[in-house]
Amino acid sequence: MSLLVLLAIVLLIIAGHQLLKIIELSRSLKKTKEWQISDSDNNMMGKAMLLFMFLFFAFFFWQVDRWISRSLPPAASEHGVKIDELWDANMYLVTVSFLITNFFLFWFAYKYRGNHKNKAFYLTHNNKLEMIWTIVPAVALAFIIIFGLKYWNEIMDDATDKNKVTIELYAKQFDWTARYTGKDGKLGETDYRQISGTNSVGMDTTDAFGNDDMLVRNEFHIPVGRQIELLMRSRDVIHSAYLPHFRAQMNCVPGMITTFKFIPTKTTAQMRKDPYTLKMMDGINKQRAKFNEEPVEFDYLLLCNKICGASHYNMQMNVVVDSEEDYNAWIAKQKAVKVVATK
Amino acid sequence: MATKSKTITKVEIEHLVHHDHVQEDAHDDDHEESFVSKYIFSQDHKMISRQFLITAIIMGVIAMTMSVVFRLQLAWPGEKFAFINALLGDKWGKDGILDPNMYLALVTIHGTIMVFFVLTGGLSGTFSNLLIPYQVGARDMASGFLNMLSYWFFFASTSIMLCSLFIQDGPASSGWTIYPPLSALPEAIPGSKLGMTLWLVSMAIFVISSLLGSLNYIITILNLRAKGMTMTRLPLSIWTFFVTAILGVLSFPVLFSAVLLLIFDRSFNTSFYLSDIYIGGRPLDNVGGSPVLFEHLFWFLGHPEVYIVLLPALGITSEVIATSSRKPIFGYRAMIGSILAIGFLSFIVWGHHMFMTGMNPFLGSVFVFTTLLIAIPSAVKAFNYITTMWKGNIQLTPGMLFSIGLVSSFITGGVTGIILADSTLDINVHDTYFVVAHFHIVMGLSAIFGMFAGIYHWFPKMFLRMMNKKLGYVHFWLTIICAYGVFFPMHFLGLAGVPRRYYTNSAFPMFDNLVDINEIVTYFAIFGALAQGVFLFNFFYSIFRGEKAPQNPWKSNTLEWTTPMANIHGNWPGALPVVHRWPYDYSKPGNELDFIPQTVPLKEGELDGGSH
Repeated sequence: MSLLVLLAIVLLIIAGHQLLKIIELSRSLKKTKEWQISDSDNNMMGKAMLLFMFLFFAFFFWQVDRWISRSLPPAASEHGVKIDELWDANMYLVTVSFLITNFFLFWFAYKYRGNHKNKAFYLTHNNKLEMIWTIVPAVALAFIIIFGLKYWNEIMDDATDKNKVTIELYAKQFDWTARYTGKDGKLGETDYRQISGTNSVGMDTTDAFGNDDMLVRNEFHIPVGRQIELLMRSRDVIHSAYLPHFRAQMNCVPGMITTFKFIPTKTTAQMRKDPYTLKMMDGINKQRAKFNEEPVEFDYLLLCNKICGASHYNMQMNVVVDSEEDYNAWIAKQKAVKVVATK
Repeated sequence: MATKSKTITKVEIEHLVHHDHVQEDAHDDDHEESFVSKYIFSQDHKMISRQFLITAIIMGVIAMTMSVVFRLQLAWPGEKFAFINALLGDKWGKDGILDPNMYLALVTIHGTIMVFFVLTGGLSGTFSNLLIPYQVGARDMASGFLNMLSYWFFFASTSIMLCSLFIQDGPASSGWTIYPPLSALPEAIPGSKLGMTLWLVSMAIFVISSLLGSLNYIITILNLRAKGMTMTRLPLSIWTFFVTAILGVLSFPVLFSAVLLLIFDRSFNTSFYLSDIYIGGRPLDNVGGSPVLFEHLFWFLGHPEVYIVLLPALGITSEVIATSSRKPIFGYRAMIGSILAIGFLSFIVWGHHMFMTGMNPFLGSVFVFTTLLIAIPSAVKAFNYITTMWKGNIQLTPGMLFSIGLVSSFITGGVTGIILADSTLDINVHDTYFVVAHFHIVMGLSAIFGMFAGIYHWFPKMFLRMMNKKLGYVHFWLTIICAYGVFFPMHFLGLAGVPRRYYTNSAFPMFDNLVDINEIVTYFAIFGALAQGVFLFNFFYSIFRGEKAPQNPWKSNTLEWTTPMANIHGNWPGALPVVHRWPYDYSKPGNELDFIPQTVPLKEGELDGGSH
């Protein structure tokens, strides 16, 4: 191996040396100087610009064709559907502007490539043109801002539904714990100084509301069609709870409780039968077969999306969206933590 | 001696005095200037500019090599690479497999070096230093001594950062944004031990360097302009350097305070950023601080920083595009207006990095509004560049190719900014590869293309020789193809929900079908990195053996091309030039040549092009 590297280096040096000789020899023969851009230079580079534009656009469409189907499946939450609509509208708009402006850029580079017979057209400014391309983007942006903020305010609205399910996501290096309220519908208070081997999320042992709270690891369940209110805390560093299939994300910040609310619209079972997901999982399982790995089924996931340490890349939790009955059956099986000292 | 007009301003007198003094000096210098004062502790803006450039190139090569290492890991996780073992040794690259902590360290230092040392220090340091005295018609910077200090603080800062690569626990590894508590707690990650301390010290020194440089730039532009060089006759490059320097002066001290408070939290047990933390098996005493405070302080620098990086590149491009198209820059005043608007707005948009941090959503909507506003002056700039090329007689020099590349990447990366600025849409792509694609294209590529454009264009001024044109062409095409090949596919990783800064994507089955995308990205990254060898060779070879350059190789109007082809102290051997017109009189009707240098007086009845 090192012999190969050595050989490559030696060859490179020899090649470089030869190249130098050629350059230096050719310089004395050359008619054009390094600073003179000949008509044939301009011609070649101008055509290369046009060719590059075609290749660039072809590469763009090739990627869209091949890879867009690997995007996340359509949103599985109520607000997520709106985000997807807004995303598509915006994406069409920016894609069109990307294509048009790049087209003119490379087209002009080709069309107006220099020639010693030509003279450029002296044009310093044109107020009308400049007004047009100030106002047109301004109007387009006004629409983007209005729709963006409308949805943003709806998503971040403080009001909560009556039948909401409140769940605390507790992040630490490098795993997640979900805490459910229990029958009283309230989470017990917490105190980070009381964290211990038996009190992993730091529940306040003097708060009776915490007595029926339930802790879940590895996988947590949520019912379809009800508002899920996530309250997020962190034990050590900043993490970010990222639920890409629901278009939900919020940082978990030590010393703060952050929130995000969403209403799941498809159960895990429904999602597994969704044609888009099926096709996607098919692609995934084909790739897994190449690595000799077991095929998998679709699962909703919670990922950490803020750099948090060595195992940041593997801080995950499964999310299962159940029908109302399944959820009730599941939650009935969970056991309360009972950390509150009996008085 | 200089011809004196009847009204001599104070500045002029200073010039004249300075000039006389310089002439004596120049005479003495031939005998007295030692190697140390000429090449090392030089106070000459031209030498300092070259020092910045070569330091930045070395740092750039290091940071680029790091990116190849972590791209290998991302495309083929678990695969053994002798290359990785050779670079990182058995501790961080055992058997040729990259250590997860080292992965984060490389990502962190790659970002830090690229943003601060290459694109801030390297770009502003090189071209502000080279062009400000030249293009405003000054003997040198207002303070040569501070200018020298600026470089040497920069050098100290880069050295400390490089030293941190070789310490026991590895360099800082909490991302270039160094959010606490991860960066504050040595228990959280090994990189937050000594490595983080060195990072903070290095950055504090960098801030000093940046401030010394920026103050000098501002003062030189305001006070040392040649006679007739009004603000509206300044080349756009000078306008961008001016606004960049102001942004630096206003925002870097905030980074300094953020860094200082973090040092307090780390070393003196204060609680600015820390609260309610349990780590390493014990609760910490810190209560009441907030990491969000750090994020605000960091991004108050961090966002203007994007424009500190980008504006000089746009300024360089403005010069190169106008000169090479043989046309005036279209909408000179609108361009100045856009630069000022971008400069102003860049201070009130920082919150768009923080939509998902738990910041008040209403505050988020304010930042959505201001951020999307910034798209307007940016669009104006892009359209004006394209219109400048319209009906031009475009000389496709290597510098011009890179300028066209810049406009392309500025558009391509800019349009995804419109998506990310929209808090609603940001929810799902925040901190994913979509963001990585966006900022690498709009900031990284644009700025580095601008830097290359500047190097090819002003190389004859810096080193008095020409770079090889053909190699320049090869370098451009390989670079732009590989650059888009690396960063364009990352959008699709983002759409698939891949978070950034993941050591491997193999922990989640949902990312298994993205293997080929990651491989394509890595192939392009490797070829792109190798292609820079063409540039490095061309650059260093041409310094010593390139063809001797003529005085004004690109037939340009600006003042630097009126200086003799010798790097003399004081720039002009005789009197300082007097400026009579704006810098963009290319192909003006009624003139035989297609350029009129700024020193040529206006004809009778001729209107100055910029005076509209």
